[in-house]
Amino acid sequence: MTDSVAQFDIDMSQGVLRLIPRGDWRARYLGKLDNHLRDFADDSIGRDLVIDMGKVDRLDTVGAMMLQRTMHSCAERGSASGFVHAASAHDALLKQVEEHLEPCHVEPLHGNPLVAIVNRLGEGVVDTYNAAIELLSFIGLTLATAGRVIANPTKMRWAATVHHMEEAGLNAVPIVGLMSFLIGSVVAFMGAKILKMFNADIFTVELVGISVLREFGVLLSAILIAGRSGSAFTAQIGSMKIREEIDAMRVLGLDPMEVLVLPRVIALVIMLPVLAFIAAMLGIIGGGLVAWLAMDISPALFMVRFQETIVMNHFWSGLIKAPFFAFVIGVIGCFQGMKVEGSAESLGQHTTLSVVQALFLVIVIDAFFAMFFLEIDF
Amino acid sequence: MTAATDAFRNVIEVEGLKTQFGDFVVHDKLDLNVRGGEILGVVGGSGTGKSVLMRAIIGLKLPSAGRVKVFGHDYYNADDKTRQSIEQRWGVLFQGGALFSSMTVAQNVMAPIREHLKLPEELAKDIAALKISMSGLPEEAGSKYPSELSGGMRKRAGLARALALDPEIVFLDEPTAGLDPIGAAKFDELIVNLKESLGLTVFMVTHDLDTLHATCDRVAVLAEKRVIACGPLSEVRRTDHPWIQEYFSGPRGRAALAVEAS
Repeated sequence: MTDSVAQFDIDMSQGVLRLIPRGDWRARYLGKLDNHLRDFADDSIGRDLVIDMGKVDRLDTVGAMMLQRTMHSCAERGSASGFVHAASAHDALLKQVEEHLEPCHVEPLHGNPLVAIVNRLGEGVVDTYNAAIELLSFIGLTLATAGRVIANPTKMRWAATVHHMEEAGLNAVPIVGLMSFLIGSVVAFMGAKILKMFNADIFTVELVGISVLREFGVLLSAILIAGRSGSAFTAQIGSMKIREEIDAMRVLGLDPMEVLVLPRVIALVIMLPVLAFIAAMLGIIGGGLVAWLAMDISPALFMVRFQETIVMNHFWSGLIKAPFFAFVIGVIGCFQGMKVEGSAESLGQHTTLSVVQALFLVIVIDAFFAMFFLEIDF
Repeated sequence: MTAATDAFRNVIEVEGLKTQFGDFVVHDKLDLNVRGGEILGVVGGSGTGKSVLMRAIIGLKLPSAGRVKVFGHDYYNADDKTRQSIEQRWGVLFQGGALFSSMTVAQNVMAPIREHLKLPEELAKDIAALKISMSGLPEEAGSKYPSELSGGMRKRAGLARALALDPEIVFLDEPTAGLDPIGAAKFDELIVNLKESLGLTVFMVTHDLDTLHATCDRVAVLAEKRVIACGPLSEVRRTDHPWIQEYFSGPRGRAALAVEAS
């Protein structure tokens, strides 16, 4: 077989414009030819054109498309224009391609960029507003469902709740504990270095005690749980949404709020305080250990000092925040899961959103609590 | 060359194929040949491994025994260059279309063109438009994302992408499932047309009896972990096997036959 690369000749000898393509007219050989053929077509607009297919060895849809395109841009159909000497297979290809020459848009359609910016801003504002309203109504719905279930405890899904307590709570203990232990020791180190300059090493105990009890224990647990369980809730519920399981539940008379959302939220509300407690204890142990090893504050001294200076208020003010954080994390995780639609891409987006929103709200609530405790001198 | 010399030559040869998931054996000692320029329909009950067979041929499911040859090359033992050249000579339509969700339909179709052929951007766009139109999609579909399309349109877009490189073999996994009857009939017609004009070889997994009657030159029936019958539809239909009899003589099979006869 002659492996002659695609090319074309132009012949005017018989008074008509003849285009004689030759060789292998398949896509991979046509890259260089495209521009020449376009130029040729531009130069011969409105003229009769005969394309002599006799010398074409091989043809694919791309070659056929290019020839048809040239033919259409030049000639009024009818007259003396047309394809001649085409092998039957080539003829069939040319005919098949002919109906499909319309170009189409490749990029998604965008309008005026300035309008697009304003649009996006407006959309952003409206979306945020709508999302806030939706979230509020979802919180309301969750509370209403909780109220209904409390009034009628047989509706409570205990098995699911306990499952999520294990999954989100028990299984998180090692990581939460380890992280808190490390943070407690880091705080002790940092404090020790500065306090030593004032000969006030012993205040490390207060530093560790107050910061870990009030903030770090509970905040760290909440952050970890938001990343670990909030996202998992979104992914679980979201993938159920994609597979239409949620719709199936509704049709079967099962309330997804009752079956899916409530057990998860309740599990978190129960388990996060426990985790926060464990975190606080391990944080203090971490701090105490550093105090002992690096600053010669013996465990006994640490304990005595701790008991003297740290009042229960610190402990309670930390722990009391945990259920609120848990509620927010759980509700947002489920809420974003419910908002997933269609594609796996949307699932990914909402999982990210779930973590970001949960963390944001946890910290906002924490700030409110801090101000509140300051005001009431707790 | 393709249409003339490849015809009657086997472009796909499967010998003694065994595939399994863990201990579960899907195929055992399966033999199948696909001839150049034919449309082969693969049928079989649910779970008989039709899609798995396709995946084993296109290199996505490593067989635990046996050989798969495509264009005379053993795909699984070929070097990278041979593999790449084989990959450019086939196109695959997956069941759900398997479009890249971050690209528009036209960009999806252009993806293999950009990757494998060094063509000017303008020409690539024209090719994409051509394939999209040939697959029966309206031109405005090109700028849409897969998530904005219906299931049937996604399938057509998937076909457009499978045809992007003018392949010699097209693998179709249940191409007409989920299409309305008119769309399905057009799809059948499209496949036959493409086969005629491009000398295409088609490997089609299908449940659709109408498609089978309308398009397939030969039919392979999968059951009992192997191909129990393979040949023209009229022959296969006469095979004395309970599943085959039930399949072709059931109410749906008869209805499809009646249409063909009239």
